[in-house]
Amino acid sequence: MQVGERARAAELQRQARYVRKRRRERVVVFGLFLCSLISVLVTFSIVLVLWIESVGFFREVPLKRFLTETEWSPSFLEKHYGIIALASGTFLTSGIAMAVALPLGIPLAVYLSEYASLHTRNILKPTIELLAGIPSVLYGYFALLTVTPLLQQFIPSLPAFNALAPGIVLGFMILPTITSLSDDVIRAVPQKIRDASLSLGATKLQTVFRAVVPAARSGIVSACLLALARAVGETMLVTIAAGQVPVFTLNPLSQVQTMSAYIAFVSLGDIPWGSLEYRASFAVGLSLFFSSLLFHSFGILLKGRTLRMLRGM
Amino acid sequence: MVRRPDIRSWAKRRVSPLPEWLFLVSCWLCLLIVLAVLLTILGDVVVDGLPRLGFKFLTSFPSRRPEDAGIFAAWVGTVYVMVLTAVLVIPVGVGAAIYLEEFSKGGWLARLIELNISNLAGVPGIVYGLLGLQLFARWFRLGESLLAGALTLSLVVLPVVVAASREALRSVPRSIREAALALGATPWETVRDHVLPLAFSGILTGSILALSRAIGEAAPLITIGALTYVAFLPRTPLDPFTVLPIQAYNWLGRPQPGFAQNAAAAIIVLMIILLLLNAGAIVMRNFLQKKTRF
Repeated sequence: MQVGERARAAELQRQARYVRKRRRERVVVFGLFLCSLISVLVTFSIVLVLWIESVGFFREVPLKRFLTETEWSPSFLEKHYGIIALASGTFLTSGIAMAVALPLGIPLAVYLSEYASLHTRNILKPTIELLAGIPSVLYGYFALLTVTPLLQQFIPSLPAFNALAPGIVLGFMILPTITSLSDDVIRAVPQKIRDASLSLGATKLQTVFRAVVPAARSGIVSACLLALARAVGETMLVTIAAGQVPVFTLNPLSQVQTMSAYIAFVSLGDIPWGSLEYRASFAVGLSLFFSSLLFHSFGILLKGRTLRMLRGM
Repeated sequence: MVRRPDIRSWAKRRVSPLPEWLFLVSCWLCLLIVLAVLLTILGDVVVDGLPRLGFKFLTSFPSRRPEDAGIFAAWVGTVYVMVLTAVLVIPVGVGAAIYLEEFSKGGWLARLIELNISNLAGVPGIVYGLLGLQLFARWFRLGESLLAGALTLSLVVLPVVVAASREALRSVPRSIREAALALGATPWETVRDHVLPLAFSGILTGSILALSRAIGEAAPLITIGALTYVAFLPRTPLDPFTVLPIQAYNWLGRPQPGFAQNAAAAIIVLMIILLLLNAGAIVMRNFLQKKTRF
């Protein structure tokens, strides 16, 4: 009788201790929650900082002029702030990059996922992903001192700074994103689709291109969007090799200044804090933020959707 | 009359191997191009920069003459920024991952945080640079200092560290948690004493890899560490600094060919640091994983 009571008392004590500990733990969990909230705070402060400085900029340069003028010349006597000039540079370099990365990257992804043996793939995929680990300053070095001189042998009129060389090199920089993510999606296509196609008499190549790749199509598109977001935001490479002259052009042989390169250019110069040019870099940053985020979030959305769809098949 | 399908001739049908063969050859060609470019990029910089590398280059400060210039301030700055960033970001990133993976009940706030983290990975580095410039350098009055640079870089790597840590936590089997809880451990005790130690190697490896990606990217620091002529070593976190990629960028902009060679040598040192980090991460993972087999 007494033994049982003592045991019950001990049990009650243990329970009370557990409840007390859990109450104290709420502080820890709340701290962890705050940690995860920091990421939201970061996004919030990015938008806030860009917005505050941009508002100051747009007070002096109306939004309409910012969006419609085709000349960007903040340091000239007659100042123009037309984002189109910078956007054309970004468009040009990332367009060339996509033109290089798509025809190389997508067949590679198909090869890795459908044809290569597991062993080969385990070697090749990390090797291709090495391209993503190379510092961008090395890509800039390569574009400026190797690719441009090489291209000049074929196109003698090519200036030392141009959109073509960094565009091509940028293509190799974003290629691992396309190959790696497309490979993941193609591998997620259920085996029964391949089996069904093969059992109906299709050859392996027909199966791959008429059944497997179409099933993974939206996933491949999402990989390209994510790669494009990277290309649009890339800074050092285009700052080093594309030049620092903002021109509104779609000629790949011309030198261009991208949106990201302008921000780097302003940061490296001696432009005083709070001046219109300083604020202009935040307005450009805001445009860059939104365009890059657009591609990125759409890519993430599409990727998640495709993987869910393939898993549900 | 029903015509029966002529199965026999169907089975004997010959499929031309040519299209498949053509596709495979073009794939191999793509692969060859990519590997050749990779090798050229790496080989090129090594050939250009290797003759310049030496003890004197590693221990001299920048100079107007290319043959006297060195990267002492730059590589020390790189190491400082890396260590400081790691100290700042790993506790917060792991904390966030633990909350999202172990404690969050999956409400709208948790979903918002997750969405937000995946989107943060898509913000260009230079935009982080603008944020750091305004937030840390101006509003927090840290100036163009080591601390401002490390804080900016921590924001860049935060989403990657969170993602890597979540992955590592997810790889710890459920049975471990259930066993600990069944024996009377509280949820936090379970995480602290059982889940976290088992996920430790994965968290560390992922964080180091994230850090090595970030340190190669100069864009977030270019707005803050705008100083490229640093002829001293930073003594406190509030001193100005420079890092290898920015030093190399600065040299690439000079007309003399000697500086291009210096830039190549600086890039080689940067690559060696990245390589050491990656190798360290792999060795650590192999070492720690041997003890934990599920």
